Amino acid sequence: MSAPPTPSPPLWLLAELTYRCPLQCPYCSNPVEMAAAGQELETEDWLRVLRQARQLGAAQLGFSGGEPLVRQDLELLVAEARQLGFYSNLITSGVGLTRERVLALREAGLDHIQVSFQSAEEEVSALLSGSRKAFAHKLAMAEAVKSAGYPMVLNFVLHRHNIDQVEQIIELASALGADYVELANTQYHGWALLNRDELMPSGEQIQHAERVTNAWREAHPEGMRIFFVVPDYYEDRPKPCMNGWGQMFLAVAPDGMALPCHSARSLPLEFPNVRDMDIDTVWHRSEAFNAYRGFDWMQEPCRSCPEKERDFGGCRCQAFALTGDPTQADPVCTKSEQRHLVDAALTAANCHKTGGTAMRYRTLQASRDILASQS
Amino acid sequence: MNKTTIPRLNRHFRMQWEEAQNCHVLLYPEGMVKLNDSASLILGCVDGSRSVGDIIADLSARFPDVEDIAGDIEEFMAIASARRWIEPV
Ligand code: SF4
Ligand code: SF4
Repeated sequence: MSAPPTPSPPLWLLAELTYRCPLQCPYCSNPVEMAAAGQELETEDWLRVLRQARQLGAAQLGFSGGEPLVRQDLELLVAEARQLGFYSNLITSGVGLTRERVLALREAGLDHIQVSFQSAEEEVSALLSGSRKAFAHKLAMAEAVKSAGYPMVLNFVLHRHNIDQVEQIIELASALGADYVELANTQYHGWALLNRDELMPSGEQIQHAERVTNAWREAHPEGMRIFFVVPDYYEDRPKPCMNGWGQMFLAVAPDGMALPCHSARSLPLEFPNVRDMDIDTVWHRSEAFNAYRGFDWMQEPCRSCPEKERDFGGCRCQAFALTGDPTQADPVCTKSEQRHLVDAALTAANCHKTGGTAMRYRTLQASRDILASQS
Repeated sequence: MNKTTIPRLNRHFRMQWEEAQNCHVLLYPEGMVKLNDSASLILGCVDGSRSVGDIIADLSARFPDVEDIAGDIEEFMAIASARRWIEPV
């Protein structure tokens, strides 16, 4: 096997500061096994990770979680990031945010806050996040973010229970003065995969949402930018996940595990920990980061496929989750012999009509129960 | 954008030198664009006080050998404003 070419630097560093979160969204992409994660990194560890990653060339930094605001050292990390020259993004549910904190983060040098919404309606929002107060608070915080002068990016995770309200969602975002809106259909990893039958929208629902979105764009050519992300199960080619394994993206989990994608923890690989390995070694020399670099690891049909340089065979986590083998083509691809798994999932989801009552909420207790049932 | 417009960088963007990329870049929420030499030269002149006309005069004086530098600058300003990198003051 030829050595993979020297990779370009990781442009993106995702710092998942904690798995703690006051909400319990059933579409959360955190690992279902999160209760088994080790102790959270100390402030010192994060400062070292930031310095090392920046030195390697990382320019974009995301603080996420869980809910990153539960870390009391967030302002300190933001200040260090600013001083190092990162463009830093905070990805938050808005719960735990206050006007004072919005300003303190701005002062520390935070560049951007992305607030995630469950829905445009209080009821659905409460059903999905397990919190009634969250919605009103989010609205207030979105306004505070805007008035503090941050670019306003709102994120709505779409699924069967809210996708039909896409018009209200867009109107809400526009009324709040958003600069960008992400209408991101759920990606089926982690808790979302567990709840797939409850969350997957129908094909008609997606078409309707796309029509509404396009109509709004046409009517408001100068308006906010809207990104609409289709669930890949409905496509016939996989997404070029992270621009290829270990090409530009580096995630560090709350317990220090370094990952080429935030879902990768589920894969049968030994991932390095930033407590024992510096970022340069993680990126260039660790076995896990080299595992699926280049094309040598591929099987057919990817190996001889002319499209492999566009999509890199798709998502390794999805290939593993659905086929049990991480070196298979992402089964979303219609060239894959395993595509029937995706079609079967769509059929199952479209026949599944419990109205959301069988949803598994993302809680530490649920994670512990799942771990117990696995052992 | 015409010659009297005074452009400034959209406050949601940050321009900086990236050693690892060996070029100037524009950073914005969850994204980055690499700038070529002329783009970074022109954007470097955008300071919220000079007009497009001032920038053309300045760069024409500094690079007298470049043909139709005014046209290039105006074209770049149009693209940059369509992409919302810059906006009128
Ligand atoms: S998706 Fe929901 S539960 Fe998961 S981290 Fe974000 S806010 Fe918390
Ligand atoms: S066969 Fe593999 S490389 Fe080709 S399009 Fe499908 S997933 Fe991509």
